[in-house]
Amino acid sequence: MAAKISEGKYEYLYHIADAKFKAYGSTLEEAFENAAIAMFNVMINTSGLPASEPRDIKIRSPDIKMLLVEWLSELLYLFEVDGIIFSEFKIDLIEKTGDGFSLKGKASGEPVDPVRHNFDTQVKAVTFHDLQVEQDKNRRFWVQVVVDT
Amino acid sequence: MAQDSTIDAASILTKVNDYTWDIPITYKSGMRVPGRVFVSRKLLEGLEHETLEQISNVATLPGIQKYAMAMPDAHSGYGFPIGGVAAFDRDAGIISPGGVGYDINCGVRIIKTNLTVDEVRSGMKELIELLFHEIPSGVGSKSKLRASDSELTDAFLHGAKWAVDSGYGVKEDLEHCEENGYMKIADPSKIGEKARKRGKPQFGTLGSGNHFLEVQYVDEVFDPEVAKVFGLEKGQVTIMIHCGSRGAGHQICDDYLKILDKATRKYGIDLPDRQLACAPAESPEGQNYYKAMAAGANYAWANRQVITYWVREAFSRFFKSDVDDLGMELIYDVAHNVAKLEEHTIDGAKKMVYVHRKGATRAFPPGHSDVPSVFRNVGQPVLIPGSMGTPSFVLHGTEKAMELTFGSACHGSGRVSSRAAAKKEFHGETIQKELAARGISVRATHPSIIAEEAPGVYKPSEDVVDVVHQLGIARKVVRLMPLGVAKG
Repeated sequence: MAAKISEGKYEYLYHIADAKFKAYGSTLEEAFENAAIAMFNVMINTSGLPASEPRDIKIRSPDIKMLLVEWLSELLYLFEVDGIIFSEFKIDLIEKTGDGFSLKGKASGEPVDPVRHNFDTQVKAVTFHDLQVEQDKNRRFWVQVVVDT
Repeated sequence: MAQDSTIDAASILTKVNDYTWDIPITYKSGMRVPGRVFVSRKLLEGLEHETLEQISNVATLPGIQKYAMAMPDAHSGYGFPIGGVAAFDRDAGIISPGGVGYDINCGVRIIKTNLTVDEVRSGMKELIELLFHEIPSGVGSKSKLRASDSELTDAFLHGAKWAVDSGYGVKEDLEHCEENGYMKIADPSKIGEKARKRGKPQFGTLGSGNHFLEVQYVDEVFDPEVAKVFGLEKGQVTIMIHCGSRGAGHQICDDYLKILDKATRKYGIDLPDRQLACAPAESPEGQNYYKAMAAGANYAWANRQVITYWVREAFSRFFKSDVDDLGMELIYDVAHNVAKLEEHTIDGAKKMVYVHRKGATRAFPPGHSDVPSVFRNVGQPVLIPGSMGTPSFVLHGTEKAMELTFGSACHGSGRVSSRAAAKKEFHGETIQKELAARGISVRATHPSIIAEEAPGVYKPSEDVVDVVHQLGIARKVVRLMPLGVAKG
């Protein structure tokens, strides 16, 4: 894992077998973006990796916590199936819809090269355990996620 | 990074006997049964508070029978604890993907050889290097197997049987697998496209994390009679394969957690933790999960069978000898993350229950019809992997497990330290050297993998196995010491 607190964007918390982190943002979009950075940095240090391969991402979920799980799960899916280590994330908009929430954004990264890329453990899945999406009294957003490793 | 404080367990738990501790039904509102933890006094000291919370959460689920149980290697997971065993009434109970975990049918198999430790030790470094290269492992590794869509479907349907029918083994292998290598209830049509896409390129790979391939030898025989039935003797070399259903299983669990999250509300089930998402076992949602989970489990059995084939080939090449001449028979293959519909005797009456084992091994007794006929007189082989550099054990199932734990035992040693902490505390290359000095060759994709899985981050496997042995829910047969480990 990268630094414990990476420029106030995210921090790792103690979990015995899996990885748990909090991510912050002045907007919900930013907190979700930082959660994605935190998740990929469980597997590999992404700082300095090129972000040449973009993927557009659109998600609809019944509630905001599920939206967070589905956003991260989709990135994990694209990492495994398309073989891209994502390092840059831009969420254009998270909005409330009639039946839940939607997210529209983009992730960019570099194709996996097993020779050059030294992975730590693999993130298998994003869990619902201790999952939180909150806003503090200063109106700053924070999210908390446990990923299965 | 503050460690989750371990608790004065005595303030929560009631001692039943030296190895059995209960969480009273009054501990948390909504508990339908008490919790029960099978640990020694020593292991009790390392129990996290979170683990007890998770056990008591499981105790609130509809239709739970007797106790929400945890094995001596229990630690906190998400939803259900790792090392958890819970049985739910078929008609009044639930089924939950959280009670199985993401790595559906993560499991272990042991292959025997007629080689001795003295014949293998000197060439171990080269042998483990060969195995590391022949069996793809690690994040992003690609399989040598190029399964077509129809082959993938067939693997989801027929598991290890697909592999054997395709030339990756012999029919005797199937008799030596839990469920004969596949759950017949599996239905690949219940699996989504994403699970197929994740599963296809990873079919025939070991994975990463705690998964490994290990060359071992029998260094101690506890029960010579049963050891003889299992075909094991002192000094004999064995091979252990520990892996699961890869991305296919993870995605099946993911997909069904979302489906069952909705079902939980639909059926009005009140949950203390969303990760416990579940549905009535016999509801359409519950059955769809069960059939998809079974297909995921079958994929894992096929995966271990294909890897077995490559291991046999590598040994044959290395020792310039025929696989048959090397005596490379499969002893047994067990799942330790799975839910199964089984018959158990509860309060004197026979009952069908969905037994969820999440980080727990089935341990069926002598005479049980699900135990292979060759082992029927002594009980099912119960395979307990150690962590890297620590011994593994073969035990045999007993009637006591049917009485106490729905025919279940522990699955390993259980973590005591996080991966992040391990990487701070241990240095991969140093661990590798220390193990080499003890005659254990470790080959991993890179050193931090070794640090994350250092022997010191797990409870000693002996301590865990001794609890199981003392309780009598499985009895020790042999101890296996590692010679070489390959991991992702």
